[in-house]
Amino acid sequence: MAAVAPQPAEAGPLRRWAPLIGVAVIVIYCLAPFYWMLVSAFRRPSDQFSNAPIPAPFSFQNFKDVFSGDNGFGRGLLNSLIVAGSVTILTLIIGMVAAYTLARLDFKFKNVVLAIIITTSMFPGISLVVPLLKLFVNIHWINTYQAMIVPSLSFALPLAVWNLTAFFRQMPRELEQAAMVDGCTPAQAFRKVIIPLAAPGVFTTAIITFIAAWNEFLIALSMTNKKSIQTANVIIAQFTGTTGRDQPFGSQMAAGVVVTIPLVIAVLLFQRRIVAGLTAGGVK
Amino acid sequence: MTATAPVVDRPAKKPKREQRFDEGTGRLAAVLLSPTLVVLALVVLFPIISALRESLFQSGQHLDANGFVVQGSTFVGLQNYADIFRGDTGHRFWNAFYNTTFFTVVCVVLETVLGVAMALIMHKAFRGRGIVRASILVPWAIPTIISALLWKWIFQADGVFNAIIGTQVLWSTDGWQAKLSIVIADTWKTAPFIGLLVLAGLQTIPAEVYEAAKVDGASAWKTFTRITLPLVKPALLVAVLFRILDTLRIFDLPFVLVGPHKDSVETLSMLAYDEAFNVRFGPAAAYATVLFLYVAVVAYMFVKILGADVIGEARAKKPGGGGGGKGWRRKNAVKASPGTSVGAVSMGGGV
Repeated sequence: MAAVAPQPAEAGPLRRWAPLIGVAVIVIYCLAPFYWMLVSAFRRPSDQFSNAPIPAPFSFQNFKDVFSGDNGFGRGLLNSLIVAGSVTILTLIIGMVAAYTLARLDFKFKNVVLAIIITTSMFPGISLVVPLLKLFVNIHWINTYQAMIVPSLSFALPLAVWNLTAFFRQMPRELEQAAMVDGCTPAQAFRKVIIPLAAPGVFTTAIITFIAAWNEFLIALSMTNKKSIQTANVIIAQFTGTTGRDQPFGSQMAAGVVVTIPLVIAVLLFQRRIVAGLTAGGVK
Repeated sequence: MTATAPVVDRPAKKPKREQRFDEGTGRLAAVLLSPTLVVLALVVLFPIISALRESLFQSGQHLDANGFVVQGSTFVGLQNYADIFRGDTGHRFWNAFYNTTFFTVVCVVLETVLGVAMALIMHKAFRGRGIVRASILVPWAIPTIISALLWKWIFQADGVFNAIIGTQVLWSTDGWQAKLSIVIADTWKTAPFIGLLVLAGLQTIPAEVYEAAKVDGASAWKTFTRITLPLVKPALLVAVLFRILDTLRIFDLPFVLVGPHKDSVETLSMLAYDEAFNVRFGPAAAYATVLFLYVAVVAYMFVKILGADVIGEARAKKPGGGGGGKGWRRKNAVKASPGTSVGAVSMGGGV
């Protein structure tokens, strides 16, 4: 046994470089397809089928096509912003109260309530969409924003409540107690002390909720059939080529870049926070 | 007061003042939680119940027993369910069921293996953590349908994938290669995400544990299987569970990457969507209910089997006083933790 002991001592160049090479592999694995989307978007439409790693004549033609065509992509972006923004704001308003309650108050069935809230996000989207679709047909909600916003709460709200609960739990209880000793009511303590201090956590939750809502496809696809109200995701998926059945990949990639870039920038800027939000409570 | 004790997190050190502060909290909590619960009842509970009811009806025109034309919904009992498993629809259903299961098993296994490998590498690397973290979040942040289009583009007949591997496979048309393209695209999007969650789990393992293993002369493989895996298990289980739930309801990716009405990739979600879109709400609801039950059964079995295993292992390892407590805590961790990843992971696949 003792003879095998010096094994870790052989820290050669392989040991030192292996993790770095591994990291490089991971980065390439994650970014290569995204890079291909970028490259394809910046090709001239006539070069669309070129497999060169760099677009030879750099061109913004695909982007111009996307916005100038009659495919309603600009409108789609606005719709996505309206839907995802409303979902995020509604979720935060409703979810914050619930999360604070779950984090601070001690009451019977607390874990049961938390479990129920979490469980609701596990239901298959399609089993919620089918009955809601029928309901919305009956009350003439098809092709309205609320028909996309309300069902989206089914996944956004549990996510936000859980994230925020984990976040509020990390804040010391003494904060509100001190505020209340100083004469605040519990509601004032929440509003004037907790909310400002919780801003980073709320912000993190907002980003994650927004990304989730922005990426939503099934609900937006089911609840709309008019172009003027569809979200960007649905519109891109239904882009049609100029010449019949072929797929306009160049403009689809350009549109994909437009839809993705804000998210990628958010991810780059707030990666630390997003990771904290995604793993909060799940690991601790 | 004793009634509240079991649900309190840390019952041991509760100052008296706080109890007074918490008086009557039951009602207050109910008031504060009601908006969330009402919303969830509206967008989750109502649709589920309504789907159950809907699945017992058939809409549209048909003939009744006396040969009269009947308009509107008619109660057909379990007819819709029976139809699912029979004849032509039966064939389509079992195919979709097989595809859904196939994607779930293959994708989740691949993603778990790749994700764990990624986490181990990232854990070892000290430099470039920010870059890695940002880049593994990119696939997660790209909307599923955009990544589906992206992969469709890569898998074109004269696309870059064929150019690299030097073949002429028609990937996203139909057949086994269409299945494979879904698996590749899904793995690309979510393996880094599993890696992220596992990495977070790895970082909570104290360094002393590894030092002790080193002193004892444990090999790298032994250290991995005996220390890393068991300690990272709660985080991993949560990630895997929610990937399973997510892949079982997969819709966006096959719908856009390959398209509807393709035998090789049609999943249960796509089947239900197709029925609903053809205004056959009854059968659509029946399909959705079957999928829902399938998801529930898988989730239950996963938690039951692996949850029980967690306790068993903890007991076997540490017999005596410490064992019980540790097992309980671990089980609790598994039970309590799904939440974060719920939304988090479900974002990966879209709902």
